[in-house]
Amino acid sequence: MADEDDDIILSELSDEELVEQMMDDLYDGLKDEILEGVNILLERGWTPYRVLTESLVAGMTIVGRDFRDGILFVPEVLLAANAMKGGMGVLRPLLVETDAPRMGKMVIGTVKGDIHDIGKNLVGMMMEGAGFEVVDLGINNPVEKYLDALVAEKADILGMSALLTTTMPYMKTVIDTMKAQGIRDDYIVLVGGAPLNEEFGRSIGADAYCRDAAVAVETAKEFIQRRHNQVNA
Amino acid sequence: MTFADDTTLTRAGLPPQGRGRVLVLACGALAREIKALTRLNGWDHIDLACLPAILHNRPERIAPALRKAILRHRPNYDTILIGYGDCGTGGAIDALCAEFGIERLPGPHCYAFFSGTAAFEADGEVTSFFLTDFLARQFDAFVTEPLGLDRHPELRDAYFGNYETLVYLAQTDDDALTARAEAAARSLGLAFERRFTGYGDLADALASA
Repeated sequence: MADEDDDIILSELSDEELVEQMMDDLYDGLKDEILEGVNILLERGWTPYRVLTESLVAGMTIVGRDFRDGILFVPEVLLAANAMKGGMGVLRPLLVETDAPRMGKMVIGTVKGDIHDIGKNLVGMMMEGAGFEVVDLGINNPVEKYLDALVAEKADILGMSALLTTTMPYMKTVIDTMKAQGIRDDYIVLVGGAPLNEEFGRSIGADAYCRDAAVAVETAKEFIQRRHNQVNA
Repeated sequence: MTFADDTTLTRAGLPPQGRGRVLVLACGALAREIKALTRLNGWDHIDLACLPAILHNRPERIAPALRKAILRHRPNYDTILIGYGDCGTGGAIDALCAEFGIERLPGPHCYAFFSGTAAFEADGEVTSFFLTDFLARQFDAFVTEPLGLDRHPELRDAYFGNYETLVYLAQTDDDALTARAEAAARSLGLAFERRFTGYGDLADALASA
């Protein structure tokens, strides 16, 4: 299979074949090939947004689905994400210059006491791929940092992540502080992380628990749409 | 009598041995320490059974596996002590203990009760990655292989870039094991620290069983 792939000259493929091949390459975590494919499509006149959605996001969606189904594991997902990150590096500045759709703005970070960021980074990347502006606060965030960023960035969505059962209760601290300050309903609050579940999300007062990056994107889109409908009603 | 090897404790666990009236139903990662303590103290009333230690990497599977084991062994014992902390189960082991009216080891995980639960919680070392004797011996089975670092060493910083120190909580004085733990730290690009803990709160918990 590898030998066969070695013979493929990306620039000689049709657009359709190239996108197909890029999705395979993303699945296999081949960053250099993804970079090459992105540049070829741009040279052929594709808009950055089209390259992003039809090759990278579409490819990463397959990766996410196979991870959920137990076909792929964390190392393979990380390699694929790294390849997508390479492509995003080329596309990001171009997306800013062009009229790619703007879905909304998300402030995202791992909660205080927790330094795990693999899931959070995947969510951030997929949200960006879906047209959201993402402000990543990194790891180990106290409540003040979340709240300051929400205000300063005029964000629509707060995303909080935790990997540890000892740190996930901190999400409630953040939400309770938002309630106390009377700003809870100004934001969509999404939470995620391996030890969480829907019941936990509900119990702490989040709008939704998102089990993976793809669900986070769909949930965010849905809530943003609802907001627009409310404003326009 | 020879004791199960580390690979067996990691993958298969251990059936009950002995004719005691108390069963400690533990993580395979604690088997040697529990065995050492029961032998040292002459606690013949305690039998040991272990679930596969590799469940450590899939915490959501621990409570269901414990439930099956409790139901299987309960008829043969007066009482069962669960040889786990919370171990990333988010209270699922506590719920199981409440349901069956049994106890578990104190604290969130074995790093805490080896260190002494109170001391560990006070330290709050979020950037430390911990190994015990067992995990130092089984580092590849628990870290290198499941994280794909043997096949893709370039992923190391994605997993461990936010950590600073590998802390080896040593239950025994063993130079060879310390060298292995130190090599593990090097392979992860982390500073190394060894802390001798002995058996920490494990001894007290077993003594009261």
